[in-house]
Amino acid sequence: MIDLFSDLFNDYTLRTVALGSALLGITAGSLGGFALLRRQSLLGDAISHAALPGIAIAFLITGSKAPLVLILGAGIAGWIGAALISIVTTRTRIKYDSALGIMLSVFFGFGLVLLTYIQRQPDANQAGLNSFLFGQAAALVEQDVFVIFVIGTLVLLFMMVFWKEFKLLSFDSDFIGTLGFPVRLLDHLLTTLFVIAIVIGLQTVGVVLMSAMIIAPGAAARQWTDRLGRMIILAGIFGAISGVGGAITSSLIPALPTGPTIVLIVSIIVMISLLFAPNRGLVFRKIRDWQAGKRLRVDAVLVDLYTLASQHASAEYPHSERVLDVMSTISGPARRTLKVLNDLELAKPIDSTHWSLTPEGVLRAERVIERQFGGGS
Amino acid sequence: MSASAEIQLIAVVVAVTCALPGVFLVLQRMSMMSDAISHAILPGIVIAFFITGDLSSPWIILGAAAGGLLTVALVELLRKTGLLKEDAAIGIVFPALFSVGVILIAQYAGDVHLDIDAVLLGELAFAPFDRIMVGGIDIGPRALVVMGVILAINLGFISVFFKELKLISFDRALAGALGFAPALLHYVLMGLVSVTAVGAFDAVGSILVVALMVAPPASAYLLTDGLKPMVVVSVLIGAASAISGYWLAHWLDASIAGAMASMTGVLFLTILITAPHRGLWSVRKRRSNQKLQFGRKMLVIHLYNHEGLPEAQQECRMDHLEDHLRWDHTFATRAIRSSLQNDYIKQQGPLLILTELGRDLARTSLVEF
Repeated sequence: MIDLFSDLFNDYTLRTVALGSALLGITAGSLGGFALLRRQSLLGDAISHAALPGIAIAFLITGSKAPLVLILGAGIAGWIGAALISIVTTRTRIKYDSALGIMLSVFFGFGLVLLTYIQRQPDANQAGLNSFLFGQAAALVEQDVFVIFVIGTLVLLFMMVFWKEFKLLSFDSDFIGTLGFPVRLLDHLLTTLFVIAIVIGLQTVGVVLMSAMIIAPGAAARQWTDRLGRMIILAGIFGAISGVGGAITSSLIPALPTGPTIVLIVSIIVMISLLFAPNRGLVFRKIRDWQAGKRLRVDAVLVDLYTLASQHASAEYPHSERVLDVMSTISGPARRTLKVLNDLELAKPIDSTHWSLTPEGVLRAERVIERQFGGGS
Repeated sequence: MSASAEIQLIAVVVAVTCALPGVFLVLQRMSMMSDAISHAILPGIVIAFFITGDLSSPWIILGAAAGGLLTVALVELLRKTGLLKEDAAIGIVFPALFSVGVILIAQYAGDVHLDIDAVLLGELAFAPFDRIMVGGIDIGPRALVVMGVILAINLGFISVFFKELKLISFDRALAGALGFAPALLHYVLMGLVSVTAVGAFDAVGSILVVALMVAPPASAYLLTDGLKPMVVVSVLIGAASAISGYWLAHWLDASIAGAMASMTGVLFLTILITAPHRGLWSVRKRRSNQKLQFGRKMLVIHLYNHEGLPEAQQECRMDHLEDHLRWDHTFATRAIRSSLQNDYIKQQGPLLILTELGRDLARTSLVEF
């Protein structure tokens, strides 16, 4: 463990890769949170694929592999893809999913044509362009991390400046229009930030897996909170954890590619969140269902006892378990619930099979009946 | 048959095989399932490969199809929890499965012929060299035989269950109420998508599967209104993309799969712009015509309201219309010119006067409003 930490600070490659992955995890996770809320999760997938021809064209035009040049090309192509999706879905009857599928595959196919074309050019210095397909985190250098840092910070700054607007846009875009905000401009701005957050991650995670970096942290964070601010911060943290975790794990195990490892870690975070997040998580939901069931059973048996007793002079008149078994709407024998009632001191056993209400039990039963039938009894 | 002709034949068969289930994906708004499935078959392929040790084994296809169905089931499971929307569920499941596949390959299959580039990108150019021999007789390239069989399965399934597929595509609730088991049919369709994707991955790679499954049906959707015509047109567009893509790749000396995907995009874009009734061009023209028609009505009603009244000298002046009707200059000019051409109005010095035709139009329009 100590070795690991000292490596993290001293080992140049590991430090660079971990830092770069963490930065893009934060950026992609935060922006992805908005995409999740706007039901545009798969837009990230389309944009990251659509960016490929931009990378190839930027290289063809400039002959340079400087990260900024390639990111710019990727960004322009990704943005055009997003714009085309928006045009196709708003102006024709083609649905959103088809538009995404077409842009994703056609742009990617075109990018592939360009990449193979570049490869077959004599003395083209194209080595490394292929790393955009699956990402090559291990090849990150300080310059790349610096670029990711600067661009990522700018994106997050913009996000914070337009926080209120983006929040409104994500939850009620019609309302924000009636307030006089320029909806389309804000939509374009958020999409642009989204595109940038995606393209800075392509070199590390790759075109194919970048969509997971966008969707998964937000989806995990959504389970833990109902507040946008907390959700976005949490998404950024989850993104960072998976980035660093993936970088470290893949450095420890030989022949473990970084991009897929990051994706697996973020998928595990999603799984944990779906299961164990308070309130929304599946485990908590099961516990809550169980408790609610218990309360319902208690109330049902209590009311049954009360109804039976009301046929007699005393509200505490004892009755046999067998009658309650038959009478009750709950599943299973009444005995278990009667024991719970005994623990709560709402009912007491008279002999081995007969039970009666306690004075508190009578009061409680009357309250339950009043709540259920709105008084009258 | 020459290698070039064989490649084109394989390409056409792949395109047609993909277009058939693609039509129903597009209609049921599940296009992105093709993306998810074509990625998620990877771990199935890898695991089946580890078990059999043979990439041409039919178990590979079954393993991959299992991977595809696993994706569908997981997405459905996540969606049913109510914690994630369907698109987010898709976007989480398939990268995870794909990552498992990539890691398995990197860890255990470093030195065998199974690399992710090939899965994702495919290389059609090599397809004719991999042939199936039965009893020493050359039947044909393996990709052609495999895709031919899958094509037959797809064709058979779609023609036998055409009515049922039509029903679940357009009215799922009704299909369920009539007892057609839409969920079962859904899984069978997804199974077909998986089998098609895995059959095609070897030859053309998974991304082209998405292009061929989504773009031709979406293009056909802009051109046709019936399900049968849509299927036929999708198949034709798919085949046209395949052949033109081959020649584009030939000319550029680039990836055939990529060029075919690009051509589906070129055909889609062309149809998107020029399609009668639904293309961008005709929608734009129709909107502008409607606007002009509305402008003519506004103009004659305006003139009709002020006809014969003292203020007509002011209200009906050509150069004042822009103020009265709040039109910009270009539109005012267009509306006036169009009304003159239609004989709704006459020009009298600076004034516009209604003709009998224009007066009629104003009266009927006022009743309409």
